[in-house]
Amino acid sequence: MTDLAWIDGALTAARPQAVGALLRYFRDLDLAEEAFQDACLRALKTWPQQGPPRDATAWLIMVGRNAAIDQTRRRSRQTALPDEDQLSDLDDVEAPMAERLDTAHYRDDVLRLLFICCHPDLPATQQIALALRIVSGLSVPQIARAFLVSEAAMEQRITRAKGRIAKADVPFEAPGPVERSERLAAVAAMIYLVFNEGYSAGAVDDERAALPIEAIRLARLLLRLFPAEPEIMGLLALMLLHHSRAAARFDPEGQIILMDDQDRRLWNRDMIGEGLALIDKAIRHRRRGPYQVKAAIAALHARAVTPDDVDWPQIDALYQALEVMEPSPIVTLNRAVAVSKTRGPEAALTMIAPLEGPLSGYFNYFGAKGALLKQLGRAAEARAAFDQAISLADTPAQAAHIRSHLDQLSRDAAAAAAARK
Amino acid sequence: MLYAFLCYNDEDAVFSWTKEQDDAVMAKLSMVHAPLQKAGRFGPTARLMPTTAATTLRKNSDPPLVLDGPFAETKEQLLGFYVIDCENLEAALDVARDLARANPGGSYEIRPLRFFMPGTLPEGTTVAGAPEAAAP
Repeated sequence: MTDLAWIDGALTAARPQAVGALLRYFRDLDLAEEAFQDACLRALKTWPQQGPPRDATAWLIMVGRNAAIDQTRRRSRQTALPDEDQLSDLDDVEAPMAERLDTAHYRDDVLRLLFICCHPDLPATQQIALALRIVSGLSVPQIARAFLVSEAAMEQRITRAKGRIAKADVPFEAPGPVERSERLAAVAAMIYLVFNEGYSAGAVDDERAALPIEAIRLARLLLRLFPAEPEIMGLLALMLLHHSRAAARFDPEGQIILMDDQDRRLWNRDMIGEGLALIDKAIRHRRRGPYQVKAAIAALHARAVTPDDVDWPQIDALYQALEVMEPSPIVTLNRAVAVSKTRGPEAALTMIAPLEGPLSGYFNYFGAKGALLKQLGRAAEARAAFDQAISLADTPAQAAHIRSHLDQLSRDAAAAAAARK
Repeated sequence: MLYAFLCYNDEDAVFSWTKEQDDAVMAKLSMVHAPLQKAGRFGPTARLMPTTAATTLRKNSDPPLVLDGPFAETKEQLLGFYVIDCENLEAALDVARDLARANPGGSYEIRPLRFFMPGTLPEGTTVAGAPEAAAP
């Protein structure tokens, strides 16, 4: 790796903690971001010559803070701070600074930074955009490409979101235990949104494909700060286990490959190993939660050597547990897939029939319904369900997948007609 | 003399490498490994999962306390280790310098071994366990 690539990695890694600390000093998001930006520019200038500092994060906070104070003073036309040479010579101050960072603050700094992106007034898409901009440090054009909107539109979206949180009360006091766990839950949900934004889009374009990786990075960061939280272990495990299948989920033309038909050799064993290790750790706490249950379901798929080895009765039981924790028609729909494997498509169809109302606008509902009807040989009804699914598809890959079902129905019908002759 | 090379680095940065970056580092490292392997100096080697996957058993209480996470919160984390046979510290430092050129950033702690057992894991053992154990 080149120097520059290494520095770039170090700056990205330091960002959440550094911007979080700067936000605590200045209590102003724009100022904190600007200060961090300044510090990064200086790092790019001085690190290649002087070598990286022993504690990159402390260095960036220090330099960023000084630069911002300097800026503020210059703006108010007062004396500037000492010049850059003196600023860069931080050896003496670095150690005590690092000491202070090690203590209580930085956990809550990072959590606060993540938490302000989860403001309940912000719609999900704005939360994700804001987190990617502020916490992950992706550029506006990068985020715009990930969301398939213009740069101007994304710039506006982020500015609007920032305006909203600037008006809201950002709590700067260290949170109490209850508040902290509420913040953690909100942040976990936001990270999962980031993940799904990229995961559901699939392999087709690169910017979106980077979002699951970023979500995994943020979850690791969160778990390092709160190492004994089983739900954060569950969230990280869930994302790792899902993302482990990324290389197998689409064919070269971008068509969806269902799990049963995936080449399991393409599944990422590193991610599966880490995901399983995290579930092991989480279970010890005996505090079940939705992320852990979802991760346990994903683990049963990951553990199966072939599609026939999947423990469907156990998956059915886990979905039942999830229905109790987080009742939703989508959970029931997912459970129906397990039921179709254990008790047959007829039973599954009966189970999803009452969901048609609440899920009338949901692509996966009609896709699943069509597949069950097709299995039962009810071709005309299957066709109607698939047609409805296509009209609700969000991505070309989804539509193409359903079309392949319809094509097969046509082929089957033609073959049957030929056989009758 | 056997030396352990304990590989420390910022796991945030290392685990953010793209697959291409990771592969590139591994390819460079394997060039450093090759002559050592050929010379019969290259002992057991491991790459560790991130510290978020770690569990610590503290023995200073009875019964011992099980804690989530690594033994110590540090700026750089233990991410892997080598055992390599080296003539002396100078030779060990040479190896570490070669490794560092292939994989800059972080540090190698070079520690002479006090006791060594080559282990009894069967050939073909992977991170998922021994081959026999992996069969359903």
